[in-house]
Amino acid sequence: MNRVSLLQIPWLKAALKNRWPQFTISALLMAGFVFAIVAGLVGTPVGSRNFGIIAVWIAWWAILILAVVPVTGRGWCSVCPIPMAGDFLQRRSLLGPNGGRTRGLNLRLPKLFRNIWWQNAAFALMAIFSAAILTNPRVTALALIIMLVAAIGMSAVFERRSFCKSVCPVGGFIGLYSQVAPLELRVADAAACASCASKACYNGSEAGYGCPWGTFPAGLTRNPACGLCLECLRSCPNDNIVLNLRPFAADLEKPAARLDEAFKAFLMLGAALVYAAVFLGPWGNLKVAALAAGTWPWLGYAAAFLLICLALLPGLFWVAVRLAKRMAPAKPHTARRHDFAQAAAALVPLGLAFWAAFSLSFVFANGSYLLNVLSDPLGWGWDLFGTAGAVWSPLYGSWTVAVQVGVLALGAFGAARVAQRAGARGGLHPLPVSGYSLALTVVMMGLLL
Amino acid sequence: MNLRRKKLWMTVTLAVLAAAVILIPAPALAANPIERFVMVEASQYAFTPATLHANPGDTVTIELHSADVAHGIYVEGYGVSAEAQPGQPVAFTFVVTESGVFRLRCSITCGALHPFMLGRLTVGPNWTLARAAALAGLAVLAAPLAVRRETA
Repeated sequence: MNRVSLLQIPWLKAALKNRWPQFTISALLMAGFVFAIVAGLVGTPVGSRNFGIIAVWIAWWAILILAVVPVTGRGWCSVCPIPMAGDFLQRRSLLGPNGGRTRGLNLRLPKLFRNIWWQNAAFALMAIFSAAILTNPRVTALALIIMLVAAIGMSAVFERRSFCKSVCPVGGFIGLYSQVAPLELRVADAAACASCASKACYNGSEAGYGCPWGTFPAGLTRNPACGLCLECLRSCPNDNIVLNLRPFAADLEKPAARLDEAFKAFLMLGAALVYAAVFLGPWGNLKVAALAAGTWPWLGYAAAFLLICLALLPGLFWVAVRLAKRMAPAKPHTARRHDFAQAAAALVPLGLAFWAAFSLSFVFANGSYLLNVLSDPLGWGWDLFGTAGAVWSPLYGSWTVAVQVGVLALGAFGAARVAQRAGARGGLHPLPVSGYSLALTVVMMGLLL
Repeated sequence: MNLRRKKLWMTVTLAVLAAAVILIPAPALAANPIERFVMVEASQYAFTPATLHANPGDTVTIELHSADVAHGIYVEGYGVSAEAQPGQPVAFTFVVTESGVFRLRCSITCGALHPFMLGRLTVGPNWTLARAAALAGLAVLAAPLAVRRETA
């Protein structure tokens, strides 16, 4: 399969090896992150007039799900401000490498945490409160503070970026969907790594920090394990790291049969469907139930959300996979759990397409609020750029619908293609999984169009 | 017919079908245009009725009543809107021309879920959904062709 190494471009390689560009972006994002918290705490409680809500859930979200994840995979993790403070506590250095020395308790993360089940739980927890998080600046600020404090706390106790790898609810789905991205960091020659005495990429050196994600690059075969922090590029003594352009969804050619990742895929798929109904549907009672955290209607909503994501969708998929096994001409002996988890790889491109299509619906309709909050970020009556009084005008039209249809059709195509390939390897007929994906796509289209 | 030729024909057939799904115009409705009057009540965070129905060519008058706080109604695709204070209904009229589903959005900040206070205007059959579902089906049918072509 064709790969093109981007590091053949000299200026790009120099820019990526230099810590300043990455640090500058992270520092600017940290300033925005802190300001979003401040705006959430002291600014107007009206979400559509508060920087915290509009910057995070309109601007950042649109850029993340419509561009950064599909194109770069974990590109956001590369510049995310959340681990900055924890990194500094561990390294006692903002930029210059310290020869691999680290501070803090530096404990190895317990085995119980070495998976993405905790990220799934963190995402599910945020998801059932999403109506409040998305619309109430105070709640958004609280969510951001919790993430920051958790990241710092875990850095003080555990080694490397434990929060990012095992708890961050955002990192979990970015990792899942990074498998679709046409960008990968790998080693050029694994034999060179095997004979490398220092393993500086993992252990750290005078040239760079040891991998914050605890990954040994020579063993890297899938994007979720790499946070694209680029430290290995800086520390490798053999100049053996490559950053490749590759075909879309290349990681899904040989999918990992992991149940935690499979349930992440169901959570994301279910959340996109439920959100499309709650936020874009005409049902007012559903919206009110989702918003009224702690009430009986909300409990019903939360229970329905979890049932759809963790029981209904996986249950129907289980039936589809059993059918796929029966229909397959050759039936290699594999565990049912393995078949289920491996086949769920088809839901990765599908889920990303659902989220992109869902986001197009509300991001462009509400994008003009950016003009208001840029001039009056706290809702205190300022007019910094003369746009505080800009009238709401949706940037939404037939072109949005056309793009949504194209994205959803592409998602169904990607799912069927992965089902075809994974099915050929795992002894599963592709038809039931493709049919499942198509049926969900039509349901999503019904909610969006 | 060899395998390569067969795949080429299947690809061309799917492409032609996709083009047909996108380009063939929707059949015109036989129904004569009429005038429709709809009273819409807006309250946090829904319009009642939530879905309005009309046929292409109809003249639609919407009378908007706000039940709790000030609300607006903006008809996507047509760009017409009105705003109503509680106890002060307003009416506006427009002619629907295109078939499809158009969102009704509240146009005045009315509370936490204001950006998501939506309704629907359905004009004739939802051909967009039918076309979209057909395209998704064709995309699924095309997937095995892409896989075989790569591994051949």
